[in-house]
Amino acid sequence: MATPTRWRTCTADSTYVAISNGHGMNTINRVRFILKPAVFAIALVPFALAAAGIFGVAGQSLGANPAEALLEHFGIWGLRFLLLGLAVTPIRKLTGLVWITRFRRMIGLFGAFYVALHFSVYLVLDQGLALAPILEDIVKRPYITVGFAAVLILLAMTLTSTARARRRLGKRWQQIHYGAYAAGILGVWHFWWQVKKDITEPLAYAIILAALLGLRLAWRLKRRSVPPARAPGVA
Amino acid sequence: MLIRRPTSIKPSEITSESAYLSRREIVTALAGAALIPAAGRAATLPRSGMLDDVQSSELSTDETPNTFEEVTSYNNFYELGLGKSDPAKNADQLKPRPWSFEVSGEADITGQFNLEDFVKPFTLEDRIYRFRCVEAWSMVIPWVGIPLADIVKFFRPNSKAKYVAFETIYDTDMLPAQRSRVLDWPYREGLTIEEATHPLTIMAVGVYGRVLPNQNGAPMRLIVPWKYGFKSIKSIVGIRFTEQQPATSWNLANAREYGFYANVNPEVDHPRWSQARERRIGAGFFAPKQETLMFNGYADQVADLYSGLDLRRNF
Repeated sequence: MATPTRWRTCTADSTYVAISNGHGMNTINRVRFILKPAVFAIALVPFALAAAGIFGVAGQSLGANPAEALLEHFGIWGLRFLLLGLAVTPIRKLTGLVWITRFRRMIGLFGAFYVALHFSVYLVLDQGLALAPILEDIVKRPYITVGFAAVLILLAMTLTSTARARRRLGKRWQQIHYGAYAAGILGVWHFWWQVKKDITEPLAYAIILAALLGLRLAWRLKRRSVPPARAPGVA
Repeated sequence: MLIRRPTSIKPSEITSESAYLSRREIVTALAGAALIPAAGRAATLPRSGMLDDVQSSELSTDETPNTFEEVTSYNNFYELGLGKSDPAKNADQLKPRPWSFEVSGEADITGQFNLEDFVKPFTLEDRIYRFRCVEAWSMVIPWVGIPLADIVKFFRPNSKAKYVAFETIYDTDMLPAQRSRVLDWPYREGLTIEEATHPLTIMAVGVYGRVLPNQNGAPMRLIVPWKYGFKSIKSIVGIRFTEQQPATSWNLANAREYGFYANVNPEVDHPRWSQARERRIGAGFFAPKQETLMFNGYADQVADLYSGLDLRRNF
């Protein structure tokens, strides 16, 4: 059972098996009661910084254009968490730290959370909830079209992120949650297209994304070359 | 210990003999034409602090200006950093005194000029103008400057002078971000001679009655209030009168998105975003964007400059 698990831990169920088999209850408790709350608290730091900026406390300030500052802040953190979520599986495969998969949903949901804040700032502070310009933006401005598509994908993933939805949806669930790849690509694309001139930063994110997706592709190709008996119907 | 010492006088600070002599001629000529104000009323440009003898102007808007803090902390000056707050942070790198600039091209009077000497015959004016950035934000800024028409006249451009080209200083010690190749430095801009001599166009040397802070393009920058902000080139060291339309930095970087004219026009969108509305900086957290006005609200004064020109093609 030892070797094949490495290739079969693509879903959380088998991860769970791997944890209980390989490391016992201690790891699970440590993850659930110590590490998870700690990661949750850390993931809220960007939100706390934004709040401090809004109220001008703790040395934080949003500057002369607070709407723009919040838009950029939440947007970049949304993208960072989405890429971090996409990094979980490659990190697990490269390091063998199987338990980190337990953080994937939380990280992904924080990505969706910051993207939702980014989108809300756009709707309320940037556009003042004026419907016509918002629709015009979505239809006419390609970078906003792309960003909006990512928002819809993340919405679908968030609504189906519970264990119950996962059980009920079965195979469909996995299809919806492949949306993480699309959201990552659309997110970097959205960032790239709205930059005026200096593409250094979006380029850095694009390289990280390419590496994360490239590793998956390489693994997939490698797995395909394994005799079929050894690779049973993995999604 | 060996320490490399910078030479105390930069080549750009040395006034050529011919320029020096031609300047003497101008001063004499101006004195004859009674253009130089009476002794003690000459425009002076201190290193910092308040500017004296600033006249008010009919051309100022009565809109409430943005705060000094806003005007000096939210800047696009890529040579001092790409972020909006970078120019203020890196402002100390720029040394705006002593400052000289070179005038060349199709004009009778050309050469190297020291700024502090040069401004003496001119009158400083307060000009409270709307300022609209191509990024769809805007401010109201109380500039202090000299009408560019007066400066242009001074150099006596000849009949071949159809355009005026401007250049920012290129100095990676003063403007450290010029080490990155975000744009093809030095920053260049240009106007038609009609635009350059329009009464609204000024060479700004101050803001809020004070000497221009470095992050705003010290010691002298262009202000063309009916055009997007990137036309209003900062920290100028070169003025050239040309027959051909000069190359301009953003147009060189992306001709599809930034044209030579760059007139504020709510009907012609940037290829990636709308120019129909703008965010007024300082209007408040929940303040809606406001409608952008044709020629930034200066249509009555400047629309004539473009009669017969297709503004959609010549954006």
